[in-house]
Amino acid sequence: MKPDMSVEIGSLKLRNPVMTASGTFGYGEEFSQYVDLEKIGAFVTKGLSLKPRAGNPTPRIVETPGGMLNAIGLQNVGIDAFIQKKVPFLRSVNTPAIANFFGYTPDEYAELASRLDAIPEVAALEVNISCPNVKQGGIVFGTDPNCAASVVAACRAATKKTLIVKLSPNVTDIVEMAQACEGAGADALSVINTLTGMAIDLERRRPVLANVTGGLSGPAIKPIALRMVWQVARAVKIPVIGIGGIMSATDALEFILAGATAVQVGTASFVNPGAAQEIAEGMEQWLAEHGIADIKSLIGALEG
Amino acid sequence: MQFKAMILDNAEVSPGYWRMRMTAPTEMLAAKPGQFVMVRVNPSIDPLIRRPFGVFDVGMHQPAYTGAVAQPYLEILYRVVGKGTGMLSDLHENDILDVLGPLGSGFDNGPAGEEKLIVGGGVGLAPLYLLAKELVKDSPVRLFAGGRTKDDVLCITEFERLGVECYTATEDGSLGECGLVTKVLEQRLDATENKGQIFACGPHGMLKAVAAIGAKRSVKTQVSLEGYMACGMGACLGCVCQGAEHSAENPDYRCVCTEGPVFEAAELKWEVA
Repeated sequence: MKPDMSVEIGSLKLRNPVMTASGTFGYGEEFSQYVDLEKIGAFVTKGLSLKPRAGNPTPRIVETPGGMLNAIGLQNVGIDAFIQKKVPFLRSVNTPAIANFFGYTPDEYAELASRLDAIPEVAALEVNISCPNVKQGGIVFGTDPNCAASVVAACRAATKKTLIVKLSPNVTDIVEMAQACEGAGADALSVINTLTGMAIDLERRRPVLANVTGGLSGPAIKPIALRMVWQVARAVKIPVIGIGGIMSATDALEFILAGATAVQVGTASFVNPGAAQEIAEGMEQWLAEHGIADIKSLIGALEG
Repeated sequence: MQFKAMILDNAEVSPGYWRMRMTAPTEMLAAKPGQFVMVRVNPSIDPLIRRPFGVFDVGMHQPAYTGAVAQPYLEILYRVVGKGTGMLSDLHENDILDVLGPLGSGFDNGPAGEEKLIVGGGVGLAPLYLLAKELVKDSPVRLFAGGRTKDDVLCITEFERLGVECYTATEDGSLGECGLVTKVLEQRLDATENKGQIFACGPHGMLKAVAAIGAKRSVKTQVSLEGYMACGMGACLGCVCQGAEHSAENPDYRCVCTEGPVFEAAELKWEVA
């Protein structure tokens, strides 16, 4: 018996709950040699802004135990080049592409939402209010519930497509943020973005990253992500997408049990470019082995 | 391409520098000089990220026992600098590695018959051996190898066996000319009135000096860069370098992994603010 792996995020129907996380999978095409894109649920493209963005100076990444810090600074091609150069590939793949985007003011967020709404190849929108590596925008909106709500409401008014909000873990109370976004019209929440961290080069007495601080990802953050997904999923009615250090099908299924409807695979794709597909296949196999007919029966099914 | 490689040999060729031979699929034989591989040191999560290594050599390995079938191999030359390379140096024959590659662009060999000047600093020689092997087929090749001490000048015998004329320079004078390898390069360019073209790989300071020599003398110069990278396929954007016209207003960041690692020196910015 083949388990039913399909899930729904707002109006978006996914063949299975495994997506790739923004910023770890380019625009999809980069990985097409290693992943059968039609074996994963969806892929999320690199965060877009209205204008192209240069990003931060180097070094931008450094490995830490069980993880890595990055301070890319949202380098991206901008929405015009995205439409011209990246959208044609999205058209060729029978898997939903979710566009991640960010702005510097609620108006900019709304303008981007409206322009992405008009692109048929973009199946859903993921609003980034949680980048820890840029000074304005991003994280500012992600740490204050009122600011977050104003950005989400502006985007909501600009699009009918499924609107996902990606939350920052760098807050005192993530539940408060989640509820503010839900109240402002979000269809789903991605939990979590990276945790702010730092690495120091002792001999040089300098920070390793040019940006000094960066966002920590990878297996090192999984316990924190699981806890936050569990907290948020209990407090909101909209679907939660679990993100944070997922390297295996086991990791992904733990997030589903904690209350996630779907998951995103991030840093794992750097280590193993075929990770997302392997995780999707591994989850299905686990369900089959355990006689579970439908993945949806596992969502939030944590006992005790 | 992603493949499992079995280590055939892993030996310290000079204090702190190792040369590893591993099995590879037939497609690896088509790797271009300058391309690299991303190696996962072990399947655990520490170290998590793959390590990039230039392709030192590829060929057919003939096992030393009767009746054994020859099989394609890949070689890397590496310096132990941290945890990942330290663990790599602890591996033995028959251990298995997970490898991605060949990745990135390769060197443009240039016209046949023209003098080819290869400049390598320390472990920067890694991608230059395969290049020399290609270039000697149709051109006279000279190698300029530099290092801090004689221990940092690697695999000269291998280059000599290819028929490459080798010049060495060390900062402490323990091998060859005392001083920087760029001085020896300039002496050759003086003698030939700036004929030929330059191929370089090594520390950033050396590459910058070589790029300046190439620019001043109008000698075409290609450099192979290193960068901190997580993926090797243009997704993490960790390894970027700046194009010549880069500015805050008109950013021109290029991925070392997919747009390089080989660049024409003239297309890059060397004076980074």
